[in-house]
Parts: sequence; structure tokens; C-alpha cells
Amino acid sequence: MTRTAAATAGFRRRRNKALWTGLLFISPWLAGFLLFQLYPILMSFYYSLSEYNLFSDPEWVGLQNYKDLFGDSKFYLSLYNTVYITVFGLLPHLAFALGMALLLNMSVRGQAVYRTIYFLPTLVPAVASSLLWMWLLNAQYGLVNELLGAIGLVEPNWLVDPAWTKPALVLMGFWGTGTQTVMYLAALQDVPKVFYEAAEIDGAGRWSRFRHITLPAISPMTLFLLVIGLINSFQYFTQGLIFAEASQSVGGPENSLLFYAIYLYQTAFSFLNMGYASSMAWILCVIVFGLTLLIFRSSARWVYYGGEK
Amino acid sequence: MAQTITRRSGLKIGVRKKRGLRLLRKTVLPHIGLTLTGLLFLAPFAWLFITSIKTEQEIFAIPTVWWPDRVQWMNYVEAVRTIPFLRYTFNTAMIGVLSAVGQVLVSPLAAYGFSRISFRGRNVLFYVMMATIILPFQVTMVPVYVMFNKMNMVDSYWPLILPNFFGAAYYIFLLRQFFMNIPYELTESAKIDGASEFRIYWQIVLPLSRPAIYTVALLTFLHAWGDFLGPLIYLNDPAKWTLSIGLRSFIGEYDVSWGLLMAASTLFTVPIIALYFFVQKQFIQGITLTGFK
Repeated sequence: MTRTAAATAGFRRRRNKALWTGLLFISPWLAGFLLFQLYPILMSFYYSLSEYNLFSDPEWVGLQNYKDLFGDSKFYLSLYNTVYITVFGLLPHLAFALGMALLLNMSVRGQAVYRTIYFLPTLVPAVASSLLWMWLLNAQYGLVNELLGAIGLVEPNWLVDPAWTKPALVLMGFWGTGTQTVMYLAALQDVPKVFYEAAEIDGAGRWSRFRHITLPAISPMTLFLLVIGLINSFQYFTQGLIFAEASQSVGGPENSLLFYAIYLYQTAFSFLNMGYASSMAWILCVIVFGLTLLIFRSSARWVYYGGEK
Repeated sequence: MAQTITRRSGLKIGVRKKRGLRLLRKTVLPHIGLTLTGLLFLAPFAWLFITSIKTEQEIFAIPTVWWPDRVQWMNYVEAVRTIPFLRYTFNTAMIGVLSAVGQVLVSPLAAYGFSRISFRGRNVLFYVMMATIILPFQVTMVPVYVMFNKMNMVDSYWPLILPNFFGAAYYIFLLRQFFMNIPYELTESAKIDGASEFRIYWQIVLPLSRPAIYTVALLTFLHAWGDFLGPLIYLNDPAKWTLSIGLRSFIGEYDVSWGLLMAASTLFTVPIIALYFFVQKQFIQGITLTGFK
């Protein structure tokens, strides 16, 4: 009896020691979480129900900010612009990255050199790459239109015509897909070769091998890139703002570059409407969490993990 | 006799033809595709540099001038003079280095706690941390600004550096993935010999995780170097600006030529690319081992 009691006490002591040691190790993060995340989250929710201009105390207005938002045409426009850049940016960019990774994966010589070349643009700071592309996309003197003209295609007025400002950003985005390419390449190199050999013996063609082996095998990576891409895309900011400033505005021609994060920033720091901005942030949060959940839910149908049958 | 010979050589020609086709499909075509896209990826860099060494007339010349008559190194001198470039570089580098130091000091600690010590509530806390990765920056942006404002830290570097000394969920997760792959036999024997958790962390786990630590340091530095929104919100005094903010001011405030702007952009980009080449091996290793950026 006493022996088991002593053993239990010893176990408990060890368990408690592990708890305290563990907490000690994560304590800096925990403190940061409380200070820079949990407390701000609570405050942000409070602000979203208030009118607050930074100089006088927040004034409780209930759901007024949210009601105002649903009648705010700029809110809808910024949401539309953000959805546009997410759909037409994220999906083609991922498909392109996968294509490049497939090419790189054909065990070509100099793979490391090519990989480095595709990765380099992702190192260029967003402001610098945006300024560079503003110049490349210049309607009169830009290299892109020179190229398009040479092969007889339309030469859009990229940064001035509201119909072309977002496609301009999508085009620029292809240049920065190196990270996705590198990560897809890593996923492709993990696909067991025996799968392909077995399929080849069974007479599976190139397309069917891609469709039934490659795509399922890399689907966890696709899920990961999709989720991260979605989160980033809904916070799209720097490139949009720099491009917009070419037209001496915050939202670009006819507000075609007024992305959600830009409108939120403007509301908070130009109009000092902290309450309204906070309710915008919460709607953003709900959208991002909702879409992420949706992707994860749907992932049961299209993501395959190695351990499964 | 003669027949068999022709048949045999015919067979050989067929094999050779097939091999030729295979070579074309498996080697030549991929190389053509990779080289063409590779050139397209490099072209903007080339154009950045070429524009930076042209005169104003050459920049706006039609037809396009592919290489300037005389290389205008003066653009670089003028670009550095037009804005306080050296000061901005120093500011940016200082924020980057201190942020990386903070991240490297704290994130591995938390990652160790989340991977190699099993304690009650660990999983719950881990999921909470992972949820913060999805949380949009904008939700905390306003209250954190208000907080720093109340502490009189707006227009200082504190808001840009300090949060790094509490770790970041992103990097903690990356390091945790790495730590989980370190064999437990290595640390268990040290534990039996009476080594404390901190000693195991410091003397066994950290030295084995060099590539991952380098990756975190580089990613933090890269992020700070190119960050735009943070400095935009917190730094008002032009003397305190970083390169991102300083470069953007080129467009509005000064009537500056594209030549100067491209020269400044080149100077902004070159250090980061040089740094990348310096740590590339470890970086790729760190990224591919953890499958995370």
C-alpha cells in the first residue's frame, strides 16, 4: 500500500515537474500570446462595437458599425477586389508552380540552378518588386507591352485602365511563385517511384499516372499551399497600395485596387475610425476562418495521406 | 543470312530511334521549357539593372534601348543622395538583426516545450497557437497599435522589434517539426545521466538543429527587411524610416527618374540576394526538411 502510494506520489511529482518545465519553456510565447494576441482580440471585439478615434475613450454603439458596413459600397467593392485577386491569383499561380515543379522533377541536369532562378524573385522585397513591375507594365515604355506588341497581342493600359489593374497584379504574381514551386518539388520527390513503375506495368498512360498517382500523392501539399495562400491573399496589401499610388490614390483607378486590407488600413489610420476598422477586421476573420474550415472539411475527399489505404 | 542481318539492323535502328525520342522527351523538351521560363524569370532582374544605368533619354527612348551608350553609375550615387539611403539601410538592417535575434532566442525554446516535453495541456496550447496562424493580422493590428500608442512607443522601433522576442507561431511550428525528428535515444540517455531539460536543449537539440535555426533567422530577417505595413503604421519621422517606406516616398515626394528609382531598388534587393546565396544550402535544407515556409 505504502509502496504504491509512494510510487503515485513520485509519479505525480514527476508529472508536476514536467508541467512546470514545459510551461517554463513555452512561457515567452505564452506571455506574447496573452499580450499580443488574446488581449488585443478581446479589445478588438470591444472596439468593433464602439466608436473610437484614438483621442477620446471608445464610445459604445452596439452593432452600429456592422450595420453601417452592410450599407457601405466601398466595403463590398474591396471585398470583391479581394475575392478577385484570390480566385484569379491563387489558383493559376498554384497550377503554374506545379507545372514548373513537374518540369524540374524530370531529373534534369542543373536542377539546383533552375530552382534557384525561380526562387530568386521571392526574395525581392514587395515594394521593390512592385516598383519594378510598375515600370515593366508601363503602357508606353514598358517591356511587357513591347513583348505583347511584338507578337501582335493587345497592349493594355495596365495601371490606368480599371479593367487591367488587377490582371496586372496577377501577372506580377507569377514572378513570385518560387516558394510554391520549391515546395511542390519537395513533395514530388517524396512520391514513391514504385507507384509509377507498377502503373506503367499496368499500362497507365502519362495523364492517368499524373491524375491517379501524382495529384493524390501531393494533395497534402496542395492543401497546405491553398490554406496559406488563402490567408495571405485575404490580407493582400503592399503590392496593391504601391500600384495604386501610381495613380496618386489609395484605391487606384476607380478604386479597382482598393483591397480589403487597404480599405481597413485607410479606415483605421487615415480616417482614425478604429471601431469601424475593427468590425471590418472581424468580418475578415470570420471569412478567413470559414473558408479555411470549408477547405479542411472538403479535404477529406481530395487529400490522401501516405498512412491511409 | 542477308535477311536476318537487315532485320537485326532494322531492329537496332528502331531502338535507336526510340532512344532518340526518349532523349528528346525526357531531356531536351524539359530543358527548353525550363530555359525559356528561366529567362523570363531573370528578365525583370536584367531590366531592373539595365534601367538603373541608363540616362533619362535612353529610358524613354522609342524604340527601346537595350544597353546604354555609356553606363550611368552616377544614378547610384544620386539615388543614395536623394533619400537618406544609408540611414534607411542601417535602420532596416538593425530592425532585421534584432528581430532575428529575438526569434532565435525564443522560438526554439517554445518549440522544445511543444515537442520534447510532455505536460498536461500541451496539446490544447499547441492548437491555440496553430489557430493564431490563421488569425488575420488586421484583427490585432488596431488594439496593438493602441497599446503601443499608450506606451508612447509609436514612432519608435519597439513595436517592430519587441514582438519578435515572444516568438512567432509560424517559426515555432517549423522548429517543432524539426525537433520531433531528432531521435529520442539521444536525449533519453542524457536524461538518465541526470542532465536537465535545459541542458539537453542547449547542448544536444540546438546544435543538431542548426539548419532550422538558420532558416528561422533568415526568414525573420527577410520579412523585416521587406516589411511595409509595420513601418508604415509605426514610423512617422522620415529619419526613422526603413528602406521599404523610403523607397515608396521616391514616387510621391520627389520628381525622380526611373533610373534613380531602379538604382535604389537594386541596392535594396542586392544585399538580400547576397545573403541568400551565403546561407542557401542550409536554407533549402531547413525548408525541405520541414516542408514549411
